[in-house]
Amino acid sequence: MAKNLYNKVFEKHTVKKLSSGQYQLFMGLHMIHEVTSPQAFDMIEERGLNVRYPHRTFATVDHIIPTDNQARPLRDTMAEEMFNALETNTAANGIEFFNTASGKQGIVHIIAPEQGLTQPGMTICCGDSHTSTHGAFGSLAFGIGTSQVRDVLATQTLAAAKLKVRRVEINGTLRPGIYAKDVALFIINRLGVKGGVGFAYEYAGDVFDNMTMDERMTVCNMAIEGGARIGYVNPDQTTYDYLAGRPYAPSEEKMNDAISYWDSIRSDENAEYDDVVIYDANNIEPFVTWGIAPDQSVAVNACLPSEDDFSDNDKPLIKEAYEYMAFTPGEKLIGKDVDVAFIGSCTNGRLSDFEEVISLIKDSELKVPASVKALIVPGSQEVRQELISKGYDKIFEDKGFEFREAGCSMCLAMNPDKLIGNQICASTSNRNFKGRQGSSTGRTLLMSPAMVAAAALTGKVVDARETFSIG
Amino acid sequence: MNSSSIIKITGTGVAVRGNDIDTDRIIPARFLTKITFEGLGAEVFTDDRKQLADKGETHPFDQEAHKNSSILFVNKNFGCGSSREHAPQAIKRHGIDCIIGESYSEIFFGNNVAIGVPCLKVSESDIARLQDKCEQDPNCEFSVDLYTLEIKANDLSVKAEFPEGARQQFMGGTWDVTAELLQNDSEITSTAEALPYFNHWK
Repeated sequence: MAKNLYNKVFEKHTVKKLSSGQYQLFMGLHMIHEVTSPQAFDMIEERGLNVRYPHRTFATVDHIIPTDNQARPLRDTMAEEMFNALETNTAANGIEFFNTASGKQGIVHIIAPEQGLTQPGMTICCGDSHTSTHGAFGSLAFGIGTSQVRDVLATQTLAAAKLKVRRVEINGTLRPGIYAKDVALFIINRLGVKGGVGFAYEYAGDVFDNMTMDERMTVCNMAIEGGARIGYVNPDQTTYDYLAGRPYAPSEEKMNDAISYWDSIRSDENAEYDDVVIYDANNIEPFVTWGIAPDQSVAVNACLPSEDDFSDNDKPLIKEAYEYMAFTPGEKLIGKDVDVAFIGSCTNGRLSDFEEVISLIKDSELKVPASVKALIVPGSQEVRQELISKGYDKIFEDKGFEFREAGCSMCLAMNPDKLIGNQICASTSNRNFKGRQGSSTGRTLLMSPAMVAAAALTGKVVDARETFSIG
Repeated sequence: MNSSSIIKITGTGVAVRGNDIDTDRIIPARFLTKITFEGLGAEVFTDDRKQLADKGETHPFDQEAHKNSSILFVNKNFGCGSSREHAPQAIKRHGIDCIIGESYSEIFFGNNVAIGVPCLKVSESDIARLQDKCEQDPNCEFSVDLYTLEIKANDLSVKAEFPEGARQQFMGGTWDVTAELLQNDSEITSTAEALPYFNHWK
């Protein structure tokens, strides 16, 4: 019978059906970081358990790491304590740790693909909801809680319910100035933040076929923002080319074996799905969020929606969003002042994101005005080194951006990078929740790196296509 | 291991209204720089509580009448956002034993099962009745029965939904699944070894 990738990979990793009706699922790769693992290590120690397969777990430090100075001990004693705990726990259990001295540290969802750890046909988990990113390779990647981190450390398995699969197909060609981030925001705008609950999303069609791995990662990263626990793209030559030669990817001799496995787990031609939605790439605009949930977004030139456009049930949330953001229905975001511009995060902190920005800003006469704080935060130390070796750090600094060390930075502000008061931040990150960027009244506008760059240089929300004469 | 059977939960209720209440609102990330879950109960909904206080209003969690409430009534897509278990831990450590709502994000639901807090689903009209009831009568005692899947309070009786597997786990005291996962050790080994990539393609 024709099957989709989700069902093939799920079956291959099923250890047993559990008494609860859930499945015990083997995890091919477990990534850990400092925020959600210390309690899990404590729990296994309390129970006298060992880490079952330390060679399938890898660690990094990302959420709490400062981006201005990574020297130890970290100035924040709590952050230092978390760093220490991870160091101790990984050393005691024989787990490889990409720490700040390794040259390989970075955001967990950036470094695992970069190192070639993320591969097609795997199950992957991490105590972080944006683990969905790794689905870009045709793996099933689950964000999990700390009790599940404990279970995976102890057994390399977790209890999982079987999801339904929705094929999200986008055909045609993206117009100039439209990026993977716009595709992600478009899908969430159409299907809603609750639309994916109970589903895995299979992203398919011309748009995904033509995307680079980095672009696929950006879309899969935000699957969770649409309520889908996992999102994936079927692996293809683009995937295989990306992996070849990376440190943990199959050796040259093993590459053919690997590719035959990877090909075998692709969704069959006539595979069945629980739901299919089809969109036209032509309808995708540069999207900007205006509210406090990732589906509260508009095309950059459009007017903000009226409360009457929403169901009675959703009206209180819309009202709350307008009140928090201090915007008015019917007005446009274009021209609104921004205080902070942040380019980075596991959504848009990869090399190609910064290269795209460089290609746009290098010939521009504009510079970041004094009124704006603009941060360039590479997603990993390797991305940072690449940018430096190309001289891009200098270009960013000449234009008035701050060029920082690798980390999660302003995405969730568990480090010194925070909004102050009710500042507005144009951000490439994935969540515009209340208080998300470190101030309980701070405001976040999600958009693509090109759009954030344009906002940084003009101090306002603008259409990047005009600022940079795209298309 | 640490599990015990959970069949009936009784207590007074507290309503936190609104759809899509995310994990950053339940416990903002800036409060997570610590290596234990201790102290999170005091910080639950901290920004929402402060913002209401600044406006001269009182968040339900700060209302004297709801101080000892153990059943939380919420609306749609509660707990969306991060996978951080800190969110359910903060709610539990504040004293909540059970959540009743219209729907939950998946990871949040699973995290609650893992720490022994059942999250039951009821219809939009029923949640409105339950929320009204606990607001109008903060002393009203609710009982949640996982055996019959009924929520009762005085003359009110509401039918709830709860996935059968999770229901069995709570009733049998097996909601902490580590022990069951550990039992299948030889199947874990054979599943692992059948995976072509298990030894990094070596």
